[in-house]
Amino acid sequence: MNWLQAINWLGILKCFIVGGAICVIGQILIDKTKLTSARILVIFVTAGAILGGLGVYQYIVDFAGAGATVPLTGFGYNLSKGAIEGVKQYGLLGAFIGGVKNAAGGIAAAIFFGYIASLISKPKMKKQ
Amino acid sequence: MKPLDTQKSYQEYVDKKSPNSPILKNCFNAFWVGGLICSIGQIIMDICKHNSLDIQLSGTVVSIILIGISALLTGLNIFNKVGKFAGAGSLVPITGFANSIVSPAMEYKSEGYVMGVGGKMFTVAGPVLVFGISTSIIVGIIYFIII
Repeated sequence: MNWLQAINWLGILKCFIVGGAICVIGQILIDKTKLTSARILVIFVTAGAILGGLGVYQYIVDFAGAGATVPLTGFGYNLSKGAIEGVKQYGLLGAFIGGVKNAAGGIAAAIFFGYIASLISKPKMKKQ
Repeated sequence: MKPLDTQKSYQEYVDKKSPNSPILKNCFNAFWVGGLICSIGQIIMDICKHNSLDIQLSGTVVSIILIGISALLTGLNIFNKVGKFAGAGSLVPITGFANSIVSPAMEYKSEGYVMGVGGKMFTVAGPVLVFGISTSIIVGIIYFIII
């Protein structure tokens, strides 16, 4: 198996711990506050975008890889990183182009697969 | 039983009688499910890098695959069972974003395929995009000013 050699197992362990820890923060917010899950998603994306803008999140990404990019904070980080890269390349215009450009694949996939999955979904059986 | 006259003794009584908060168990489940989802992402990423994709494209491939799988699992009513067990473990990763798109869309399917499914998809994902993208634009503008 050629691709098995590509996997860095120490990296997976770091990813598991950091990714799990970020989810635990979300779980504590759910259990200890009255926040709805929608608000928690918004908080995570915004926090990721701010930490990404400050350059703090980059360290977590360098350490944990997908453990930091797969949680929604990583989505926010990705948007901010793109906006900064955009400014470097196009000036002020880049602030509007870069973010969504970086996250384009994820947003497009979410819309496309989301619509398809809703079409094929079975209607929920509600227990009386 | 002695009457509970002070606030403090009442609080102690309530704490003794009420069931232990399941927060530790919830956190444990959130930890390992969330860690597992991220690890699956890391494995996909390693395979992409092995096939000489750059780190940005690898990340995009990871997002697309995880979003596709969780959208499908939500449509088949499997994701909600995982979500009940794992809580934030499946909500906080990008899988939760896909779930938040499909769940309301399924519910409002009866209102039609344009305004029902197409409109309600963004009940939760809309705010996430509004705040995420707006924050990134502000970050970009601040960066432009201080550069």
